[in-house]
Amino acid sequence: MSSRERILGRVRRALGDAPADEAPVARDYLREHGQRSTARTVELLAGNLADYRAVVHRCADGELPALLARLLSARGARSVVVPPGLPAQWLAAADAALVPDRAESTPHELDEVSSVVTGCAVAVAETGTIVLDGSPDQGRRRITLVPDHHICVVRVPDQVVSSVPQALERLDPARPLTWISGPSATSDIELDRVEGVHGPRTLEVVLVQAQPSGNVTS
Amino acid sequence: MSGTFVGMPAFPAAAREAVGDATLRGNLRHATHTIRDKRARAVAELDDWAALREAGRRIKDHTLRHLDRYLVQLEESVTAAGGTVHWAADADEANEIVARLVEETGEREVVKVKSMATQEIGLNEALEARGIHAYETDLAELIVQLGKDRPSHILVPAIHRNRGEIRDIFRSEMGAWGRPAPEGLTDTPAELAEAARLHLREKFLRARVGVSGANFMVAETGTLVVVESEGNGRMCLTLPETLISVVGIEKIVPSWRDLEVFLQTLPRSSTAERMNPYTSMWTGTTDEDGPRTFHLVLLDNGRTDTLADEVGRQALRCIRCSACLNVCPVYERAGGHAYGSVYPGPIGAILSPQLRGTGSEIDASLPYASSLCGACYEVCPVAIDIPEVLVHLRERVVQGGPAVREGNRVVLKPAKGHAAERAAMRAAGWAFDRPGALRAGQRLASRSRRLHPRTLPGPGRAWSGSRELPAVPAEPFRDWWQRTHGGKGEAE
Ligand code: SF4
Repeated sequence: MSSRERILGRVRRALGDAPADEAPVARDYLREHGQRSTARTVELLAGNLADYRAVVHRCADGELPALLARLLSARGARSVVVPPGLPAQWLAAADAALVPDRAESTPHELDEVSSVVTGCAVAVAETGTIVLDGSPDQGRRRITLVPDHHICVVRVPDQVVSSVPQALERLDPARPLTWISGPSATSDIELDRVEGVHGPRTLEVVLVQAQPSGNVTS
Repeated sequence: MSGTFVGMPAFPAAAREAVGDATLRGNLRHATHTIRDKRARAVAELDDWAALREAGRRIKDHTLRHLDRYLVQLEESVTAAGGTVHWAADADEANEIVARLVEETGEREVVKVKSMATQEIGLNEALEARGIHAYETDLAELIVQLGKDRPSHILVPAIHRNRGEIRDIFRSEMGAWGRPAPEGLTDTPAELAEAARLHLREKFLRARVGVSGANFMVAETGTLVVVESEGNGRMCLTLPETLISVVGIEKIVPSWRDLEVFLQTLPRSSTAERMNPYTSMWTGTTDEDGPRTFHLVLLDNGRTDTLADEVGRQALRCIRCSACLNVCPVYERAGGHAYGSVYPGPIGAILSPQLRGTGSEIDASLPYASSLCGACYEVCPVAIDIPEVLVHLRERVVQGGPAVREGNRVVLKPAKGHAAERAAMRAAGWAFDRPGALRAGQRLASRSRRLHPRTLPGPGRAWSGSRELPAVPAEPFRDWWQRTHGGKGEAE
């Protein structure tokens, strides 16, 4: 008998006298916590991102290239990984050398790169989380992992949801997903939180407004 | 289950030793209290906590009730997504499968993400015996591995080590494993973390094989989920060419949507955060992104025996958040090592004896490692009634009775006259004088807990108010300790 058959057989025998199933799972928990205007939801996202030590910036569409260039040079970035589908104008003003995200690059090569700039799939306000799904403006998972500095651009309010349940509804499980809430951290030493162990030690999130700032209503 | 620490004394003896160790007690007290208070605040933010907890319980119970169906569905979805599924009835079989898969890659080393399941089966030792080095990459696991030590907490395995000890371990041991600790390393947590970053990066960048567990597996989609903080998980899950995940069969949830419950309750219960820094989800393999080969090893190793016990099976709902450890007065004083298993604290006291049976001294004494105060039940995000299971297992030790071991129905003898009994005697000798009274009294307490759920109705108002207040203990720890040890070892 294969172990598969053995285990399935044990499960069936173990459940032989189990009572029939209860009613279907009641999902009477909340879809989101509290009622907020769209603008307030974006505020909450910014606040929760900052609470977990992400550096948050806000700008209007047209200001993005200049802001990204400034952030990269403030960091002294010599090179930046660019996902294949990142809008070309985003990094048009950057001085750093652009490194394409290619399948052939080795992890050692990636380790030499200073920064990475990506978009995201969705951002969760209640938890201060950005989610990457490997779409062309986000690239392979490793490019947001090995370089020490990640700048993630979130289009607000379109890409922002309030809650975890709403985020899952928007995501495709078939894609590789990475949920990021602040820079990597550990509390393994006497429960003192230390930012930055293996992932990027600096996470900057740019909330970019499709319309000029201040024009968004709920 | 091969995870019994060899030569481990039974709980009372091990606990007595630990209670006498002032450094250990200090570390533990600081750690558990800090995280306990933070958790309370994180949970209080969600006014539907009680509903999330109930949904979590129901989802897990439903899954367990149809576990055969969901296992088969999971196998289909993982296979359809490009993964390969293996089934392991016990630890030896799982270790053999993993060792063979590693050997087939031609590699002699693997990087590992913290995983209770692989600790439970003793995978590192089994691989070492085949000439394969397994490198732990979680900071705490690294501390434990370098210190030739054992983990003492589910979430913070090196909770028993303070910063000075960690610096000393890094200084003296890192060189033998790879990149040595930087010159002049001090004991500030930031410097220690930096030392670990440098030491491990070299291993990540060259790794060809990664080994992980998983927090959840979604039957419907074949998606695996790993929840972590440091990024070492992401490194192990995405940089290697081959990924091998060893996961207990109880880690299934039926649908994608079910994650919306646990991704809210797990981070708040464990690290007391709204969300942990990194969560990775992957479904089979993805072209040109991450590992090219993915193996899932489904592990039984006593889980189906646990499933056969109608009271005890609720332990399989556990999502390993460790909240029950942090509120437990016995854990706080005795420490994780006293439990003699990779699963310490209240959950360990009910899980280890079920996975391994109560044949050994330590396992027979574990159900007594509790004051039945109920704090563990209060905080458990899947509402496992740990005191109820403890009482049930005590009965089984004392009176024997039907059980299932390795898939076979057996009748356990009462513990009389063998090592298990002596251990249990030492833990709670008085109970043997009047087992009937103990049984009746505790059963009653346990039943009325059910009748008077302390998670009060109404969306969370009363819940947040009463949550942290344990019910009047059936027997306070101090009394239990005094009674069973006459205060010996209460050093302070
Ligand atoms: S028993 Fe409950 S509280 Fe304890 S680790 Fe498991 S899920 Fe968490």
